[in-house]
Amino acid sequence: MIDMPEDTAPTTQQHLVIIGGGMVARRLVDALRARDGEGRWAVTLLAEEPRAPYDRVALTSYFTGREPEDLALGGQELWDDPLVTLRRGVRAEAIDRGARTVTTSTGQVLGYDALVLATGSYAAVPPVPGKDLRGAFVYRTIDDVADLRAFVEQRRGEVDRPVRGAVVGGGLLGLEAAGALRALDVDTTVVEFAPRLMPLQVDGGGGEALKRLIEGLGVSVRTSTATSKIVGERGAVSRMKFSEGPALDVDVVIFAVGVRPRDELARDAGLEVGERGGVVVDDACATADPAIWAIGEVACIGGRCLGLVAPGYTMAEIVADRLLGGSGTFPGADLSTKLKLLGVDVASFGDAFAQEPGALEVVISDPVAGVYKKLVMSDDARTLRGGILVGDASAYSSLRPRVGRELGGDPAAHLLPEGLAPAPAGDLPDEAAVCSCNNVTAGEIRRAVCEGGCTDLAGVKACTKAGTSCGSCLPLVKKLVTSELEAAGVEVSRALCEHIDLSRAELFDVVRVQGLTTFSEIIARHGRGRGCDICRPVIGSILASLGTGHILDGERATIQDTNDFVMANLQKDGSYSVVPRIPGGEVTPEGLIAIGEVARDFGLYTKITGGQRVDLFGARIDQLPQIWQRLVDAGFESGHAYGKSLRTVKSCVGSTWCRFGVQDSVGLAIDLELRYRGLRSPHKIKLGVSGCARECAEARGKDVGIIATDNGWNLYVGGNGGFTPRHAQLFAEDLDTDELVRTVDRFLMYYVRTADRLQRTAPWIEEHEGGIDAIHSVVLHDSLGIAEDLDAAMAAHVDGYRDEWAATLADPDKLARFAPFVNAPETVDDSLAYVGERGQARPATAQERASGSVLIAGTTLEVRA
Amino acid sequence: MTSTPTARPEAAAVRVCALTDLVPERGSVALVDGAQVAIVRTHDGQVYAIDNRDPYSGAQIIARGLVGTRGDVPTIVSPMYKQIWDLRTGACLDGAGSDPIALRTWPVRVVDGAVLVGGAAGAVDRG
Repeated sequence: MIDMPEDTAPTTQQHLVIIGGGMVARRLVDALRARDGEGRWAVTLLAEEPRAPYDRVALTSYFTGREPEDLALGGQELWDDPLVTLRRGVRAEAIDRGARTVTTSTGQVLGYDALVLATGSYAAVPPVPGKDLRGAFVYRTIDDVADLRAFVEQRRGEVDRPVRGAVVGGGLLGLEAAGALRALDVDTTVVEFAPRLMPLQVDGGGGEALKRLIEGLGVSVRTSTATSKIVGERGAVSRMKFSEGPALDVDVVIFAVGVRPRDELARDAGLEVGERGGVVVDDACATADPAIWAIGEVACIGGRCLGLVAPGYTMAEIVADRLLGGSGTFPGADLSTKLKLLGVDVASFGDAFAQEPGALEVVISDPVAGVYKKLVMSDDARTLRGGILVGDASAYSSLRPRVGRELGGDPAAHLLPEGLAPAPAGDLPDEAAVCSCNNVTAGEIRRAVCEGGCTDLAGVKACTKAGTSCGSCLPLVKKLVTSELEAAGVEVSRALCEHIDLSRAELFDVVRVQGLTTFSEIIARHGRGRGCDICRPVIGSILASLGTGHILDGERATIQDTNDFVMANLQKDGSYSVVPRIPGGEVTPEGLIAIGEVARDFGLYTKITGGQRVDLFGARIDQLPQIWQRLVDAGFESGHAYGKSLRTVKSCVGSTWCRFGVQDSVGLAIDLELRYRGLRSPHKIKLGVSGCARECAEARGKDVGIIATDNGWNLYVGGNGGFTPRHAQLFAEDLDTDELVRTVDRFLMYYVRTADRLQRTAPWIEEHEGGIDAIHSVVLHDSLGIAEDLDAAMAAHVDGYRDEWAATLADPDKLARFAPFVNAPETVDDSLAYVGERGQARPATAQERASGSVLIAGTTLEVRA
Repeated sequence: MTSTPTARPEAAAVRVCALTDLVPERGSVALVDGAQVAIVRTHDGQVYAIDNRDPYSGAQIIARGLVGTRGDVPTIVSPMYKQIWDLRTGACLDGAGSDPIALRTWPVRVVDGAVLVGGAAGAVDRG
């Protein structure tokens, strides 16, 4: 008899309804779907906002150029799961516990087997007169911040002075909101009732340091100040009055005084709520009704509501576990926090206020350097209890998991800047929580490596979720992964390929320091075999970056990819496209006519590129020298569209013509393009220069973006389009042109030297140890002592630049390589076939070739539309 | 004229060029009985002849790929979609995400400094 597989699907699938569409709700769906392989639960999520759950913690980044979709959490796949139904813009109106149904704002009645309340909080608004005037905002949702932005922009058009704003509340959220106002160029004042900023997270000393740092950024701070009234003018906010002290003229006010749990559905349904609100749950997140749970900010657990995402995630995991028959319980909240507020690091963890009897405090306070650091130790000064870090929180990821453990050595040593202290890392106990957002322990990370087969940071992140929310623990996760791999005898492979064991950055250094100039030398000394399509072009690129001669000189010709070998871009049919350089996108009519004549004479399909130049398609390999002879004669040079190198510097027309331009963006773009042309790099590099904040050159989508200000130039780095679009991040402000060029020189040269193969600037910055801050230190503060060297390397590049195509045309040996056939140099390759479309040629399809209705490419191609 | 080689007996070996015409580790293209054949001289002085037509794109471009090694195997990589072939046998070592498709190879002899393709040893059709 044949064993038939049993039908494993449960006979009765159960229905889970989640009310609320925030981060914690998403986490519950995620956790449940990850574990419920049998499909025991179908899930319906009621999200009041018209969008899928997004990263509310990152809301402020909306003002620094990110779009709402950048705040998406994880992939869209979760919502495509057939067992998951996301109802956007649908609110729950009532719960009928007897019938186990939820009535929605669309009038639908949904039955449930289990119901989870994840409704979150309202932003609290204090009962101040004037709180409902136009220009008064809260700070909670994407719509709140979008309204705020629109209001500020409108106000800016009405007043001929900077827009003025105030934030009521100097806590975590208040400082976030102040950051948002600063990003909108609003003169900002923070008003805090308590005697210091962030009263819940930092002590008096930390508060002082924070205040100094924030005032240094141009934000005014008023502590111990109660707002008594907001005065309106024509219905809009115009002035704030306080219990004491002078009044403040304002155009916009943000209330950030705290949150209030959204527990009214539960109240109406007769569920118990806490003294200060919140749905009362036990340590399994269960209410008194066995079918109803509450998680996140709306849950009153252990007598309090928790306003951080990490404990909310923990609750989501517990409910997922319980729904599948588990017995997880809430371990108590870790209220540790690490944030970058207005660019200032603030971290607070464990017993930050030294409330435990006998606790000792080790404090380093350096107002000059702008740091305040405190460790709270047990009475014998051995065990770490907690701490506060302001101004430099780099020690957070290694200290927080050590709370409750012996620290070892002199506690003060742990507060020294990174590099001066022995970096403690690999000896963390397995049960220490490394990622508090996703509750991942050191042991889980180690097991992911030694049992799970993960071999790199990306694998461990995917497997454990460690570091995937706020990312503050990533340096520690990386250290753990590396030491675990090394302990397991697995060499942490940074090898380029089977031929070269070094990483690209290491290889670059070796080649540079040892002065190697040929592939054979390099592979003989640092590798094996004869290379491949990975290491050959990398070595070609490194040799070119180091300015060691023409890319087609001698043996070097054999290590270039076909594009670099023929200095054109291979297209799908085996023909090439040609792009002459048009610096800054500025071209004379004569130049444009010359390009047009070449295109016409060679029958090339002609298209304008995104980089403000002209691409000519359909050139046979043997036509390239003839085409380029014409272009070089007309004054053009290689555009390096084929190279992993500088492509273009896109510009808007700038102050020369534009009514709004404040600087000469075209002039700068041309200077930069001529400076960096031909610079070979790990991947293509694109620059953009905009002549004013309207940003018509889309510079923030570039690796290096420059935007004119009234005082000079703002520099942005790390932008790109493509598969994973990124906006560039602000790197330096109001630079004069010399400072700007020096900064870009160093940034690019540092990237060229240290990035991985085919790694564009955005991922390079992300994966660089210490991220953009560390690169900032290298480039602007010479923290590695290499600035002079980088400057010299760029100077050598600029001096050594020669047009590759002009040099090739002057060299008969190089020209010989463009012959189509070694035994028939005059024969035309007849494998290319074209048809006419919209008045130009395009490659024929297989059917068109078969039907014989094609044109053969040639210098006198007649195209019939 | 067809650009796709068909399996048929080669009459005789064809002299395509002098050995010195071939740049080591950079392919050239020869016309052999109407077919485009990639001729590759490797670092160790061996010469290989392999179909110039990339079966994945249909373009005549194999000779323009990078030459290298995988272990001890001499290889060439499609410049279009990065498949890798064994220059000796035409076997596809890496389909780069597609099913491997082998390439036809031709026997090659170097006689008195001349490169001869096809002929006596018989064509090897692995397509």
